[in-house]
Amino acid sequence: MSMADDTGTDSALVRFGRLLRDNPIIPLIAFLLLLIVVLEVMRPGIVMPIRAGRDGLISTFWLGNLIKFAIPLAMLAACQVLTMLTAGIDLSVGVVATVSAFVCATLSSTLGVPEAVLVSLACGLSVGLVNGFGVGIVRVHPLIMTLGTGLIATGCLQVYQRFTINSGTLIPGFLEWLGTGRTMGMPNGLYLFIPFAAFILWLMRFTGFGRLLFALGSNERAAKLSGVKSWQVLMALYALSGLIAALAGLLYLGMIRAPSLNLANPLLLPSVAAAVIGGTSIFGGRGSFAGAIVGALILRVLDTMLTLMQMPEGARTALFGLIILAVTALYVRITGTR
Amino acid sequence: MIELIRKHAWVLGLAVLLVVLLGVTKLIQPNFGAPGLESLARSALPFAFATAAMAVVVIVGGIDLSVASMMAVCAVTAAVLMERMAGVPALLIVLCVGLAMGLVNGALIVITRVPDIVVTLAMLFVWEGVALLILTSPGGATASWLRAATRGDFLIDGLPKALVIMGLCIAIVWLPIRRSKLGLSIYATGSDALAAFRSGVAVDRTRIIAYGICGLFSAMGGLSLAALTGIGEPVPGPYLMASVAAVVLGGVVLGGGKGGLLGPIIAVFILRIIRTILTVMAVDPNVTTIVEGTIMVGVVMLGTAVTLRGVRR
Repeated sequence: MSMADDTGTDSALVRFGRLLRDNPIIPLIAFLLLLIVVLEVMRPGIVMPIRAGRDGLISTFWLGNLIKFAIPLAMLAACQVLTMLTAGIDLSVGVVATVSAFVCATLSSTLGVPEAVLVSLACGLSVGLVNGFGVGIVRVHPLIMTLGTGLIATGCLQVYQRFTINSGTLIPGFLEWLGTGRTMGMPNGLYLFIPFAAFILWLMRFTGFGRLLFALGSNERAAKLSGVKSWQVLMALYALSGLIAALAGLLYLGMIRAPSLNLANPLLLPSVAAAVIGGTSIFGGRGSFAGAIVGALILRVLDTMLTLMQMPEGARTALFGLIILAVTALYVRITGTR
Repeated sequence: MIELIRKHAWVLGLAVLLVVLLGVTKLIQPNFGAPGLESLARSALPFAFATAAMAVVVIVGGIDLSVASMMAVCAVTAAVLMERMAGVPALLIVLCVGLAMGLVNGALIVITRVPDIVVTLAMLFVWEGVALLILTSPGGATASWLRAATRGDFLIDGLPKALVIMGLCIAIVWLPIRRSKLGLSIYATGSDALAAFRSGVAVDRTRIIAYGICGLFSAMGGLSLAALTGIGEPVPGPYLMASVAAVVLGGVVLGGGKGGLLGPIIAVFILRIIRTILTVMAVDPNVTTIVEGTIMVGVVMLGTAVTLRGVRR
């Protein structure tokens, strides 16, 4: 009854605000479309080749590229979304992805591809388990724990690299196919990403594990009193996060095709940004992976725009930061949540 | 009262640990003396300022991920300015720049209502970009007296100038604040912002000022970086993780309201001397990074476990 009264007396603006609050993905998609329109205005024909006199209403090449480079970012953002649900964060994902890519590239030539991939994933899993041990059992703040394991993993990678400097690198063929190949204009990475995204969405929405994550993030004490063994959940969560990061690293290796000691590290902060822009609360209890995917797309479009404007490196970085801040602030203002 | 003793016990324990570690160093390398101490203090200088900066915002209940980037901005500003003008005005300008950056961080956090960690993450990009705009590659120059100020011993042997400078700078900024109403407000805001607000503390203003102090310390860190290297380096150094680890090890609780600056500064020296010990033992520098990281994580784990047990008891 009171609901009906409210909607009857509220102005259209308030009702609109409530609609946005209930569906935070709507303003995100609107913002993404707005950015794409701005991009098209800046460089006519990049999104809609028909305006520049070429064929096609929407450029599949452009769209494919956008999606291709958003995929690893979105996968790493999944780590952030999942850990942020429990009021955590995983700052080791960049390093884990790099380690997994480097290990896979160096071991493929000597061990064989399947073994190399398994070892890479095991690396990610073990870093995740260490994170889970620190966060879940010892109760270290996740920010510090994951920064620390990232630091240790970087050191290990540097030592490891000195032993493999002569063995050469080999990028497994199927990773290259996954990373650079296209099917009907769309990147093959989607073959990995669509099942992955479906799995994460299913995990978050329809499984007990997903509900436990939300419960721990909303009110850890209440969750514990209801019999949730938080250390088990956190252990599994961070192990999963490490595994996802390793997987993203493998995909990224196929995409870039040049392993380095700094391959995926620059993706770390954008992955946090994508999750935050996507409406995941860093304080836990609220988040959506669908939002994070849109967030990753937004970041990639922004990146393209800044490249088009031929900004100096510094201005690009700075503007990137300001835009992340502005989007987040706007988002907080619109939805009225933190 | 017991709480008070325990808090001091933590700092005291750290000091004892530091002395033990110094003793270990001396044991491994018998000729470790004044020169070794001097280089230790010199290498700890930027870390100490970064840690002081981080500690202030952690006490007020926030966290500043952009400390390393602000230091980079200040270092390049100092290097560029000192190439063109006299050292002292340049120094003052750099300090003002740092203060301004910190105030901007704080104001953005308060105005946008976005969590500290997200705002400063974004500002990490922004300040890094600004540093790259000021100086695209390492360059510039620093005044020779500034370089000299961090080298050598002060008055007596075994008391490094760097240590004296560090102590003076941090004490001059922090002690008056700590003793004033502002310091009380900072701790009150950190322990419970809502309670502080209800008891009439200007919470927003306190937070902005705390971030300003953080910026000021970052500026000192940047200046010390420029003084140590003699040039300006636009890429942020590894000060973020190190400062967070030192702050936690130093007994400042993440979440705010507890701890001081003395503990974190001692913690910086502990972390640095571990590196010295490893170097003295001729360990591969890459392995050193692993050991150092493991120790940082281990110590933080241990500290957290001990704190939790104390709470339970």
